[in-house]
Amino acid sequence: MVAEPPRPDPVALYRTMRLIRRFEERAVELARSGEIGSGVHACIGQEAVAAGVCAALRPDDIILSNHRGHGHLLAKGSEPGRLMAELTGRVTGVSRGRSGSFHPADFGAGVYGASGTVGHGAAIATGIAFALARQGGDRVAVSFFGDGAVNQGAMLESLNLASLWRVPAVFVCENNLYATTLPVRTAVAGSIVARAQAFDIPSSTVDGMDPDAVYDAAAAAVARARAGDGPTFLELLTYRFEGHHTFEYRTQPQYRDQEEIDRWRDRDPVPRQAERIPAQARGLVDEEVEALVEEAVRFALDSPRPDPVDVLDYLYANRIPLRAGVADA
Amino acid sequence: MPNMSYTKALNRALGEEMGSDPLVLVLGEDINLALNNVTTGLLDLFGPERVLETPLSEQGFTGFATGAALAGMRPVVEYQIPFLTLLVLEQIYNQANRYSLITGGQARVPVTYLLPATGWRPGWGAQHSDQPYGIFAHTGVKTVLPATPSDAYGLFLSAIRDDDPVVLLAPLPALGLRENVVYAELAPIPLGVGRVHRVGDDVTVVATGHLVHDALAVAEQLTDEVSVEVFDPRTIYPFDWAGLAASLEKTGRLVVFDDTTRFCGLGAEILATAVEQMRLVAPPRRVTRPDSAVVIGCERALDLAVQPSREQLASAIETVAKS
Repeated sequence: MVAEPPRPDPVALYRTMRLIRRFEERAVELARSGEIGSGVHACIGQEAVAAGVCAALRPDDIILSNHRGHGHLLAKGSEPGRLMAELTGRVTGVSRGRSGSFHPADFGAGVYGASGTVGHGAAIATGIAFALARQGGDRVAVSFFGDGAVNQGAMLESLNLASLWRVPAVFVCENNLYATTLPVRTAVAGSIVARAQAFDIPSSTVDGMDPDAVYDAAAAAVARARAGDGPTFLELLTYRFEGHHTFEYRTQPQYRDQEEIDRWRDRDPVPRQAERIPAQARGLVDEEVEALVEEAVRFALDSPRPDPVDVLDYLYANRIPLRAGVADA
Repeated sequence: MPNMSYTKALNRALGEEMGSDPLVLVLGEDINLALNNVTTGLLDLFGPERVLETPLSEQGFTGFATGAALAGMRPVVEYQIPFLTLLVLEQIYNQANRYSLITGGQARVPVTYLLPATGWRPGWGAQHSDQPYGIFAHTGVKTVLPATPSDAYGLFLSAIRDDDPVVLLAPLPALGLRENVVYAELAPIPLGVGRVHRVGDDVTVVATGHLVHDALAVAEQLTDEVSVEVFDPRTIYPFDWAGLAASLEKTGRLVVFDDTTRFCGLGAEILATAVEQMRLVAPPRRVTRPDSAVVIGCERALDLAVQPSREQLASAIETVAKS
C-alpha cells in the first residue's frame, strides 16, 4: 500500500492555488495576444476545488478532467512549463501539442484526459475506477465536471453503474452556477446532489471557495473509495471570475450582473488562504510562483511547434497505412 | 472434422482469449443468458467480474469500456442491436478512437465493439436492421466484417489483441454458416488483409460479409461465360488496397457488391480509388443498397427490394465483362 498523503500544510495549499491563479492569468493574456490560438476556459476563482481535491490524492491515483482543466493538471502535479507548452501548441507539451487547452492529458501525473463532451468523462472515470479495483491495490479515480454535466444522460448512467458495481470513484461537480451562459437555477430540476442520492451514492454540498473544506470532503470520499465502499459525489459551490471562455472578451455576452460577480470575488479563495499563513511564507510563495510561471511561459514560447508532416502521427496505437487527402500521382 | 458455426467461432475466440489473457472482459446486455449465443458458457468459466451484465445504458457502459481500457484492460462490448452503436458514436468515435491522437500517443484504448447480428433482420422492423460499417470506416474506426466462421474466429482474436478500438460486425445472414475446421489450425487473421475466395481472370468482384457467399454462387453460375475473381476485404478499414490492386492488375474489371448505402458508401470509395489509382480497362460498377439506409424490416418483399441481389450482381458482371 502506498502511504496516504498527510493533511496538506496551509502553505502548500496556498502555493497550489497561487500557481493555478497566476498560470491562468498568464494563459488569459496569451490567449488574448494570440499565442494560445484556441483561447482558454480559465478556472480563475475555482482554484480551491482543484487544490483541495488533489491534495487528498496520491500520485498513483487517476483523475479525468474537462475543458476547464488547467487547474486540475497543475494540482495533480503536471509541470507548468509542459502544460503551458501544450496550450501554446508546442511539441514539448504534455500531449505533444495535440490537445491544446481543451483536452490536456498527462498520464505520468495521473491525468487520463479531459473530455470535451460535457459529462462524458464520468463514464470513462467509472471504467478506470473499476479496472483499478480489479487490479488490486487501493487506487481511486476522480471525475471533475461542472453543473452543466448533471443533465447529461451519460452522467446519470455512469452514476448508476458506479453505484451498482461499487467502483472506487469520486465524482466532483464544480457548480459554478453557469453552464456556459445558462444559469443553474433554470437548468436543474430538483437538486444536483439528489441525482446522486437517487443512485444510493453518498453526496454532500461543500463550500468550494474554501480549500480546507474541499480537502476534508475529498479526503473522506477518497478514504471511502479506498476501503472498497464505493463512489461518493461532491457538489462544490464555486464561481468563475472570468467568462466561460476567452471569447467573451470579444462577444461580451451579458448573463451575470456585476453585483453577483463582486459578491463572489469577495470570497476569492486565493487571498482567503493567504490570510491563513504567515506573511513571510506568503511572500516567498508568491516570489517562487512568479518565477515558476515566467519560466513556464518562456519554456513554452521557446519550444518548437509541431511539424505538419507529422500531423497523422498518434492517430492509432497500432499504426495502419493512411492515405493522404490527395491521390498519389 | 468439427463443423464450426459462425456464432460458435465468435464464442470460441472470446472464450479462448479470456482464458489466456486475464485482462479481457466482456460486457453487454443479456450476455449472462447469451441471448446472441456469443457469450455462452463464459459466465460459468470466468464469473461476473469478467462477464459484466449491464443495464440498458449504452452511453454509460461504452464510456466505461474506454476507461477500463485506459487503465490496462481489454474490454469486449456486445451490442444487441446494430443501431445502438450509433447511439454511442460519441463514445466510440469522439472519445475512444480519438484518445491516442489527442493525448499525443500516451493512451491506448483496446476495446472491441461486437455487433453480433447486423443487416437485415426479417420481421424486426426498420430500427433493428442497420448495417453500419460504412459509418465506422468513414470515421476512421478500425472495422472488420468476417464472412466465414474461421475468419470470424481469427479476426475477432486480432480485434481483441489490437491496441486500438475495433468494431466487429457479424452479418445476421452469415451467423448460421458452418465450416469444417481443425481447431488446432485456427489462427488470428491480421486486420487489413483481404482474401481471394475464388480465383478468376476476367472480372474482380469485391464482396463484403454475407454477400461473399452470394458472389461465389453467382460466379459459379456464370462460369461458362466469364471468369470471376471474388475478393473479400474482410477488414473494411483499413482496407486492403494492395490486395485489390493485385487482383485488378490481372482482371482490369471491377464490380463492388456491398450491403451499405449507395451515397458515400463503401462501394463509392472502392470505385473512386480504383479509378484514380488502379488498372481498369472498363468502367467499374457497384451493386449496393439504395440511397438512405432504408430497410423496412417487416415485409419480406419490401426488404428484398432494397437489398443487393444475386440477379443485380450477375447483370453488373455481364455488363462490365462486355464493356
